Amino acid sequence: MQFRTRAIHVGQEADPTSGAVVPPIHLASTFVLPAAVGPADYDYARTGSPTRHAFEAVMASLDGGARAIAFASGMAATHCVSMLLKPGDHLITGTDIYGGSWRLFNDVLSERGISVSAVDTTDLTAVQAAIRAETKMLWIEPTGNPLLSVTDIARCAEITKAAGVLLVADNTLATPVLCRPLEMGADIVMHSATKFIGGHSDLLGGVLVARDLEVGEKLHWMQNATGAVMGPLESFLCCRGVKTLELRVHAQSATAMRLASWLQKQQSVKRVYYPGLEGDPGFATAKKQYHGGCGAMVSFEVDADVNGAQRFVESTQLFQLAVSLGAVESLIELPALMSHGAYAPEARQAVGITDGLIRLSVGLEGVEDLEDDLSLALTKISGS
Amino acid sequence: MVEPTTIMPDPSIKKVSASGPSTLSVHAGEARVKPGFSITDPIFAASTYTFPDTQAIVDFLEQGEPREEYGRYGNPGERVVEEKLAALDSGEASVLFASGMAAFVGLLMAHVNAGDEIVFFDECYHRSREFCRRHLSRFGVGFREVRTCDYDAMEAAITPKTKFIISESPTNPHLSVVDVDRFAEIGRRNGVLTLIDATLCTPYNLKPLEAGVDFVLHSATKYLGGHNDLLAGVVTGSAELLDPVRNLRGIMGGVNSPHNAYLLERGLKTLALRMERHNANGQAVAEFLAGHPRVERVLYPGLPDHPFHAIAKQTMRGFGGLVTFFLRDAGWQQTAAVIDAVQIPRIGPSLGGVESLIEQPMVMSYWNYTPEERAGFRIADNMVRMACGIEDADDLIADLSAAFEVSE
Repeated sequence: MQFRTRAIHVGQEADPTSGAVVPPIHLASTFVLPAAVGPADYDYARTGSPTRHAFEAVMASLDGGARAIAFASGMAATHCVSMLLKPGDHLITGTDIYGGSWRLFNDVLSERGISVSAVDTTDLTAVQAAIRAETKMLWIEPTGNPLLSVTDIARCAEITKAAGVLLVADNTLATPVLCRPLEMGADIVMHSATKFIGGHSDLLGGVLVARDLEVGEKLHWMQNATGAVMGPLESFLCCRGVKTLELRVHAQSATAMRLASWLQKQQSVKRVYYPGLEGDPGFATAKKQYHGGCGAMVSFEVDADVNGAQRFVESTQLFQLAVSLGAVESLIELPALMSHGAYAPEARQAVGITDGLIRLSVGLEGVEDLEDDLSLALTKISGS
Repeated sequence: MVEPTTIMPDPSIKKVSASGPSTLSVHAGEARVKPGFSITDPIFAASTYTFPDTQAIVDFLEQGEPREEYGRYGNPGERVVEEKLAALDSGEASVLFASGMAAFVGLLMAHVNAGDEIVFFDECYHRSREFCRRHLSRFGVGFREVRTCDYDAMEAAITPKTKFIISESPTNPHLSVVDVDRFAEIGRRNGVLTLIDATLCTPYNLKPLEAGVDFVLHSATKYLGGHNDLLAGVVTGSAELLDPVRNLRGIMGGVNSPHNAYLLERGLKTLALRMERHNANGQAVAEFLAGHPRVERVLYPGLPDHPFHAIAKQTMRGFGGLVTFFLRDAGWQQTAAVIDAVQIPRIGPSLGGVESLIEQPMVMSYWNYTPEERAGFRIADNMVRMACGIEDADDLIADLSAAFEVSE
């Protein structure tokens, strides 16, 4: 079956007791057992529950993995993966990654005996050179955040496979609609389900999908031991969100492409970051790696100081000023002050997150409406 | 802790001026700044609302300032979804009900008196007509029906007692398409109220209020909610004509729940996107069926041989996901065999959700009627109704194709 058909039907088998076309939401914390000893589908909801399993089943299918595990947030999922590392191990991460992941790796793990190196993962020579005998994991964001750099998943997988290192891809920005890292050799894919998967800015969640069952079982053991599971209502809303995932991501990507091209032509815009643009450093890799679009995020620098950039983001009407991304509503933000405030100022400058950088998360609104909105806001930069 | 500055949405910063159908789906009716600065509207589960002191109650009762009082009279989340629905249908106001039937009953009970008459086009939902024939009649309200889209017959059936003329468009399952301009004009000329049940077309495909119809009604359970996971009904029109409907709803009590209202608002955000896909899938499946040797006839307004293709093309953006077809040389059991053989659509009533559904109207909705009664409803034994979801059209077509083969 095709992707969208599976998104609607996998894990959503009609309820056998009532015939309900949408499976019921199981709120139960515990399940009555057939016997004191012996197998049961569910015993306690931290270990597993029917509604969470429905979401995990559809995610495993969409990402082509053996096992999916749903978490209370994207960071809970990221943290669970990081617990595969032990003191003395070495982790390599990209530089253009989510600020919250950056904080976990550099401020939490590094305090606990795990060494962390940040390298530009679009530079495969640098990735290769960073590998040491103790290296256990390479963490990439195929589409970086907020600079939208594009890391070649398949080439990274060649390097990690040869070195016996786990490759983990935070594929939140591309979603399984545009690319499926497990099919390109990654071992684990992580999504902040808060973003495109939920898609409506109304839940927090994370999900891990493992290519091999063994890794998946290990992650599930860790989740059960530490407890950061996704709740039943969020699991239901995620299943509901996934049903329109392909439609939304295709539509949002098409609008983002149009806006990126339009922004390039605006005088007060210095530089546009969007991998779908010819001339963008990520264009060739994106073309090879992504199918059906290049995602809904567009970053750009305006010809203004931080005050001008701030006036711009505070002037839009349709684009609402907020962190997060991937939902039906368009959002706008200043990474230096908002989503990537967790980076130390020097680290932020070093990776290219300037004070005038603006990040858009393009929603489902009409493209002309969004263009009009940005157009009007651009006139506010000068402050006159 | 941050104190929210706005507890109730501030109407002065509510409207988004844009007009694209997807922009409206996402933003229309919503406050720019929401309680707690949330990006989405909170769910107010409260059954009742408190007053700081007695004077505040007296002020509320005497001055009628807009605020909540008790859950049956209104809910903040419900007001947002009502404003969104009104904006989508180009209406002044909407009133939300617990189901499509509750909306239909609520509207008629508010506007019809003993001695009045109602005229229907005869392909309207059989439960709506049953309510008028069996129940409104007990209160002295008369009822007539005329052949769907026979405007001369409609005109002839109108008497000085007529209060309402009512149709669906497109009708279900025959998919007849009403000329809403003409329908509204008949109403105006005769001084009767006009109602179009537009459940099957949705505001994405057609806005009957723009043609001058007085009320538009939707079973929001279908495309508006869109995920087969809620029941809701809505009636939209002028604020003046809906005031008594809202007041009576508070007395009769057929309100929706705060949780449902939120799911409806969430569903509406992808309305334009979903409808575009339902339209495309409906058209593709109808064209496939029209060319299949086991199919005798297809009813779909997007096919050139459909009796109402011209008016549909002229008035509608697209033709929806519902496709009705008749199997060639098949009795009810051979027809049932095809339905039992499909893998992707589930067998069940309803329509308009992301999951495709399929049913045989003779079995699903008309089993308890005599063959003569079914003939009167023009429900044939070999009739199949497929409600295309938003799956890939290729998968749906491959599935039907395989079902035709294995059931032969």
